[in-house]
Amino acid sequence: MVKYLEIRNLRKSFGGLGVLKDISLKVEEGQVVAIIGPSGSGKSTLLRCATMLETMDSGELIYLGENAVTTGDDGKIVLAPPRKLRKIQSYYGLVFQNFNLFPHYSVLKNVTDALITVQKKNKIEALELGRELLQKMALEDKEDAYPHQLSGGQQQRVSIARALALNPKVLFFDEPTSALDPELIGEILQVIKDLAAERMTMVIVTHEITFARDVADHIIFIDGGVIVEEGPPEEVIGNPQNERTRAFLRRFEG
Amino acid sequence: MELSVLLLKLTEGMWISTKIFVLTLLFSLPLGLFVAFGRMSKNPFIMNIVKLYISVMRGTPLVLQLMVVYYGPYFIFKLSTPDRFLAVIIGFVLNYAAYFAEIYRGGIESIDIGQYEAARVLGYNKSQTFLKIIFPQVVKRILPAVTNEVITLVKDTSLAFVISVSEMFTLAKAIASAQRSVLPYVVAGIFYYVFNFIVAVVMEWWENKLAYFS
Repeated sequence: MVKYLEIRNLRKSFGGLGVLKDISLKVEEGQVVAIIGPSGSGKSTLLRCATMLETMDSGELIYLGENAVTTGDDGKIVLAPPRKLRKIQSYYGLVFQNFNLFPHYSVLKNVTDALITVQKKNKIEALELGRELLQKMALEDKEDAYPHQLSGGQQQRVSIARALALNPKVLFFDEPTSALDPELIGEILQVIKDLAAERMTMVIVTHEITFARDVADHIIFIDGGVIVEEGPPEEVIGNPQNERTRAFLRRFEG
Repeated sequence: MELSVLLLKLTEGMWISTKIFVLTLLFSLPLGLFVAFGRMSKNPFIMNIVKLYISVMRGTPLVLQLMVVYYGPYFIFKLSTPDRFLAVIIGFVLNYAAYFAEIYRGGIESIDIGQYEAARVLGYNKSQTFLKIIFPQVVKRILPAVTNEVITLVKDTSLAFVISVSEMFTLAKAIASAQRSVLPYVVAGIFYYVFNFIVAVVMEWWENKLAYFS
């Protein structure tokens, strides 16, 4: 198995307050990892550090064996040179909680613009790929619509198509259903399940415990900035060993 | 004076007013964007200089600023006085750029941080992010405020009289006092109103054109 993502000894604090304290994890090709934990546990910060929207204080961030971030002997972090960093950043995509679609672009342009502008792909090929992805997301009749004309679930599917268009090795989801009306959550979870069936490598921060159990190969439970417990879902969710995990999961039982 | 002669004279003056209007917009709109960047600079030196500039431009009368641009070179530096029309354009551009800068800044700062983050994760570089993702959204948001400024500018062109640039209103005043008639003022008022009516129509058309997204 190829290691797609590795994080070593990640530390991050905001204003002296430690949010992530020595987090290490690995994600292998085709693996689906779900990160669960209470609000304020640091799970979203972990995702933001992994996607480099936040800069970690110390630790290592490695995609496909290439170091994006390392820590020097002086304890300060060292970023890869810009060229290498851009290459590494093309290895991953991110689906946001609030979609963050570009409101002035049509659905199709949202999906294809980065392909054309950033990856300099031929426009005709890009549009073809964009339409293919919209079909996959059951949005083929919406390509000319603008984001504000879509439901939250449709917007989130556009944003998944937008991330997939760049053909990432690892796809991150930051609480992809938290901004959705309850009746729209199912359609997004189904899309993610379909991607898992295609062996898309994914890291999902989620509150949907049942979904995490069904879709993930590996569950990481974070609390207070540390990994409290991790393993296959049947262990972490089915038979948690740690008292904090048990206390957290109890709140999701009917 | 015949009405036709009056109209002809004021139309000539309106040509000068229109030149002031067009040239001011042409230079102050782009300059304002750079001023806005300076105002938002992380470098405290640049930020404070620009802040002071905006504060002076907004805090003193445009009439006074025009006088400084025109008479300043002689009285402060013992240089020759500049061309009157050029002085008017410089004064107007510096003043309006300050106002536009604050409008741009408000627009830019109102864009959700998520837009920048999405662009970044998708690999857009900084200039692509600004030009393709952020700026089009800023334009839509600031258009009503810009319309206000543009309409004010039409009326402000009359301030060029202070350094004797014979734009329309300067002529209207001269004719009115020579002829002991208020008619030139009535005509001048109609000229401004029609000009601003056209400005309002154009800006509304533009706003409607951008109504396709929200």
